[in-house]
Amino acid sequence: MKIVVVGCGRVGAALAETFDASGHQVVILDITDRAFDRLSSSFRGAAIRGDGTDADVLRRAGAEGADVFLAFTEGDNRNVMAAQVAAENLGVKQVIAKINDPVRAAAYAELGIATICRTTMQSDAIHEYLGLAGSGMPAIIAPTAGHHGVERHPAAAASATVGEG
Amino acid sequence: MFVLVVGGGKVGYYLAKELIESGHEVVLMEKDRGRAAQITDELGSIVVAQDGCEGKYLGEAGCARADIVAAVTGDDEDNLVICQMAKHHFDVRRTIARVNNPKNEELFRHLGVDEIISPTRMILGSIEQDIPVHELLHLAALEGELEIIEAQLQEGSPAIGRAPSELTIPEGCSLFAVVRDGVATPLRPDTILRQGDKVIAIGTPDCEALLHEQLIGQVATADAG
Repeated sequence: MKIVVVGCGRVGAALAETFDASGHQVVILDITDRAFDRLSSSFRGAAIRGDGTDADVLRRAGAEGADVFLAFTEGDNRNVMAAQVAAENLGVKQVIAKINDPVRAAAYAELGIATICRTTMQSDAIHEYLGLAGSGMPAIIAPTAGHHGVERHPAAAASATVGEG
Repeated sequence: MFVLVVGGGKVGYYLAKELIESGHEVVLMEKDRGRAAQITDELGSIVVAQDGCEGKYLGEAGCARADIVAAVTGDDEDNLVICQMAKHHFDVRRTIARVNNPKNEELFRHLGVDEIISPTRMILGSIEQDIPVHELLHLAALEGELEIIEAQLQEGSPAIGRAPSELTIPEGCSLFAVVRDGVATPLRPDTILRQGDKVIAIGTPDCEALLHEQLIGQVATADAG
């Protein structure tokens, strides 16, 4: 699979390395070069400095038509924006965004982006360890609807798809 | 009207101030406590010192009953999320976002933000109006994707000496006025266009290529570099 990771923090770097080690084609982006120090020297994927919310930067990095897109920067909103650019403009089918605000995480799942919320996950893990009932939310909240842009603006969505060629 | 303004920088501050002066109900969200206290001193207790990107705080600030939410922080991604949360989570009818990177305008519209204000685009527009260009000028953005476009007919324009009725005007686009010697007149189907005329059109970005071909023609942009 071709996998694009935005944000080379601990999680982003770890994901990029394990995907690379298991033979996937990996592109990882970060806005600072230093972030790539986290990658081991054996990493064979592409590490590209650039803004992962910018459609042009992502296109140049080869994100168009990727199989998987993971938005894992430190900023919830940067992740939301990068994920929507990937889903709407770059035609990526599997998009997961890290959103640590539980309200936003649930809201964006309803808007068609799979989200993972560290707050809910950690809270649930602790509850479980202590034998208490957790939130009942899955670790990754799957999208419950098509992307809202498609539903609300069929004409705009159609022209965006045509324009990609 | 009840307007929720998110972002207490200069834009948010003056916006809130003007809205209050014209009698509207305003709540301003500013996450920096120091800045929030400063605005409270000046405008009274209309400030919620919390991050307007957090769903919880948006709710507490009364987002669900806001008529308009204006997201005017300095970060485009924050403004996008604020508007989307307002629109889809709190059912706010009208959302307005400040967009700093003009490249984000189209994305924001596509993702359901109702209105977009782009300071960068406005300044660019002002600069472009002062420079003789062989391109279409964007004068203003209207609702949806509609925009007002100006084309100045220069030597080589295929439209010179012809009337609008003889041109192929793209579907969804309308030529409505001509500015000649500083005087604006409605453009009639039989108006013969002259060199130097500024033709004002209204249309969507899809129309631009054909409009360019019809009104500007293949003028070489030799002044680049």
